[in-house]
Amino acid sequence: MTVLDFMRQSAPEILGLTLEHVGLVALAMGIAIAIGVPLGIVLTRRAGLRRWALGCANVIQTVPSLALFGFLIPVPLIGGIGNRTAIVALALYALLPILRNTYVGIRGVDPALVEAARGMGMTDRQLLRWVELPLALSVIVAGIRVSTVISIGIATIAAAVGAGGLGTYIFRGLSMVNNQVILAGAVPAALLAIAADVSLGWAERRLRARCGG
Amino acid sequence: MIEFRGVGFALPGGPELVRDLSFEVGRGETLVLLGRSGSGKTTTLKLINRLLEPTAGELKVEGRPTTAWDPIRLRRRIGYVIQEIGLLPHLSVAVNIGLVPHLEGWERERVRGRVQELMALVGLEPELARRRPHQLSGGQRQRVGVARALAADPPLLLLDEPFGALDPITRAELQSEFKALQQRLHKTAVFVTHDVREALRVASRIALLSAGRLVALHPPAELLRATDPEVAAFVSSLQTSEAETSRDAHRNET
Repeated sequence: MTVLDFMRQSAPEILGLTLEHVGLVALAMGIAIAIGVPLGIVLTRRAGLRRWALGCANVIQTVPSLALFGFLIPVPLIGGIGNRTAIVALALYALLPILRNTYVGIRGVDPALVEAARGMGMTDRQLLRWVELPLALSVIVAGIRVSTVISIGIATIAAAVGAGGLGTYIFRGLSMVNNQVILAGAVPAALLAIAADVSLGWAERRLRARCGG
Repeated sequence: MIEFRGVGFALPGGPELVRDLSFEVGRGETLVLLGRSGSGKTTTLKLINRLLEPTAGELKVEGRPTTAWDPIRLRRRIGYVIQEIGLLPHLSVAVNIGLVPHLEGWERERVRGRVQELMALVGLEPELARRRPHQLSGGQRQRVGVARALAADPPLLLLDEPFGALDPITRAELQSEFKALQQRLHKTAVFVTHDVREALRVASRIALLSAGRLVALHPPAELLRATDPEVAAFVSSLQTSEAETSRDAHRNET
């Protein structure tokens, strides 16, 4: 039986795992964006906080993913075996690119525009809404793109802590020493990552063109 | 309208960028701040709309010190035109012009009408309303900049080398148009430039700044006749450069 035959045969289960996988990543990304973007905005206003926040996020990223999953399991409330731990870990990993890109994107806005906007009497909120966020958006989306692709990859490890997803097949195949099973998990995961990269890359390019010139 | 009394500004731990400035700007006049690069002209301008705050002396706008004004309210009463123009690239010309009225809460129709009025006033064809800034020429862009500054009908205009980024022909055009506009609107304007000719063309009075201090304050005709050495140096630099340009042109011919 070839890989394709196997995949066709187990299609319902693979589909279920794919949806689980997407669910994990979507939730984690939602949390990372909800924290990362506002925090990134705050960092552009408070210089002192920057080094500390970016440093923390950097350290989290450096911790090996399986190790981070391991650290989180004994933690009360957010830990334990299952989805929750995985989502927390994924969100932590997704945080740095989003945080950093939000900060860099806003700081990268042409200072002449900021000066003109402040000079015409925009409040800080209006400055964000009319000038900084629209112009930083393509850079922020680039950060989201990187985080999403990383998350899809790391989510395969989530199966190791019982969170499900396509990693389930990969680990099962590894313990069965069965290539077909491994690939049945790995290939969809890879395709998901490519699809996310391409679609978000397209969104990023569209946004950059909108502010072009 | 604007009163400077012994105003100074220094960056924290740094040298004084402007020192002991005392002068007034009357309602309806066009005061030009003239000087070399680094003479403190832009700093002086930014003190008026509170982008900078004086570290010495007192600066009053419409009778109140700038530090007593709410900075947002102060700036909404001032039209600000800068050299880089600073139009928002992701918005159309019409939205750019109507920004301050929109922020002030004017109804859509009123904003639209005002934008049309202003585009006609500064000489922009109506078709340009939907275009984006990057589709316009430099001269058209700065016209949009001026229209934007006038949109909420502020009593005061601050212009920081507004035509500096444009070619000489367009610059001359816009200087004349600005002068004509002033004759119609009688806004109080403070205009920064390092170009003596531009100053002579648009000013009702010229304030000459040097190393952060006010050296002379005269109407254009008097400035040309002034005997103060610094003023004379500035004026003669105008004549010398003309002579040099003419000489260079002849030299290139032979």
